[in-house]
Amino acid sequence: MSDAARIVVLDYGMGNLRSVEKALEHVGARAAIGADPDEVRAADGLILPGVGAFPRAMERIRATGLDELIAERAAAGTPVLGICLGLQLLFERSEELGGATGLGLLSGAVTRLDAPGLKVPNIGWAPVRWERESRLVEGIPSETPFYLVHSFVARPCGDGPRDEDVLGTAEYGERFVCAAERDNVFGVQFHPEKSSAAGLRLLANFAGICAKAPAAA
Amino acid sequence: MPLKRVIPCLDVDAGRVVKGTNFVGLRDAGDPVELAERYDAEGADELVFLDITASHERRETIVELARRTADNVFIPFTIGGGIGSVADAQAVLDAGADKVSVNSAALARPELLTELADQFGSQCVVIAIDAKRDVDEEPPTSSPTCAAPAGWFGGTWGVYVKGGRERVPGRDAVAWAREAVERGAGEVLLTSMDRDGTNDGYDLELTRAVADAVPVPVIASGGAGELAHLSAAIAEGGADAVLCASIFHYGQHTVAEAKARLAADGIEVRR
Repeated sequence: MSDAARIVVLDYGMGNLRSVEKALEHVGARAAIGADPDEVRAADGLILPGVGAFPRAMERIRATGLDELIAERAAAGTPVLGICLGLQLLFERSEELGGATGLGLLSGAVTRLDAPGLKVPNIGWAPVRWERESRLVEGIPSETPFYLVHSFVARPCGDGPRDEDVLGTAEYGERFVCAAERDNVFGVQFHPEKSSAAGLRLLANFAGICAKAPAAA
Repeated sequence: MPLKRVIPCLDVDAGRVVKGTNFVGLRDAGDPVELAERYDAEGADELVFLDITASHERRETIVELARRTADNVFIPFTIGGGIGSVADAQAVLDAGADKVSVNSAALARPELLTELADQFGSQCVVIAIDAKRDVDEEPPTSSPTCAAPAGWFGGTWGVYVKGGRERVPGRDAVAWAREAVERGAGEVLLTSMDRDGTNDGYDLELTRAVADAVPVPVIASGGAGELAHLSAAIAEGGADAVLCASIFHYGQHTVAEAKARLAADGIEVRR
């Protein structure tokens, strides 16, 4: 596996990174947890995980300089995959806990799940509908269940609706966006590393995208 | 709505599965991780490991179990047994567990639930309750013309510790579930000590009483002996998930068969 994609799981001090790392290794990728700029620049792909609150996460990302590093690598064409809070951080802003500015790699805002009468957070397996084709979800049938734990959702939009960024949706009180994609920037609200065979397939697809991406500059 | 869940439960002592298994094709049926991989492949939605190690090395054994599971199994899993502090929980969550389950430690010090929820979020905190019907009440009537219905026990349940041997004074199971959730638990793992190990089916009345009392998911546990019991716990008991041990461990049914039965009974599950 000398040509296996080298993927760095970005560590900014929040959340459990180990499961993501092990799932990547399970599908044959070379995974490392870190935030070292040289290591990040040498990676074929980046994963931005995250558990917790948006404002605190952005604070830590800025404190470690990862915001500029992620923007630099995304602009250079390196595939980036945000998972859970990591997906939300890719957007422009969130209203969580008084609000905060995000990385802005995707257009739109993150707001509370609109699920009157239902328990929030939404926890559990939900069928995910693919709204378009993507290399990220190749071989995974539409309406395959993935595992979710979240209270907020990303709402892609920008200079006019950016519906083309919407890759997947699921239902909980409302039909919400749970996967997004623009060029080499991907995000999933669900946890592929906890979604059994379907989740592993998605990570394998991401590793495949990383292996084919232009060599790191 | 999230899909209803089927959750195999593994009792682990010093890193080994305690209840016997008769699976074919496992190199070592006593290895919890190997069994967990098998259940993942069969379609289990989550796993619960209850550590019953008595020794003081307990914390090391559950952290090691969490680590090995996270290395090999890619569905959510909960670890219970021996979690008595935020530091204990931190150790197993860092190792890759998704939730911790607490039982007697929360009864001894209910503030623990709030501490865990503040640190990790309610979605990480499961309150495990071992409940048993109160049987020391008088039947509703002693009139010879209107005998108490057979099997009448009164609709209250006590809370037990030490594997059902010791009742916690002054604790009612339904009230404790409500309090535990108010303090920060995000899910209730409810075991009927009357039914556990009987194969007679879940205590539906208990399950319904707790499900109606709390605004969080309830996992029914104790008594599953056939697949119809799983459907009943969800449809009649109001459970969001069913926990099973022996029905799967002894090879009586696979998780896939359980899912098929639930689906045939009109319950939405992950297939």
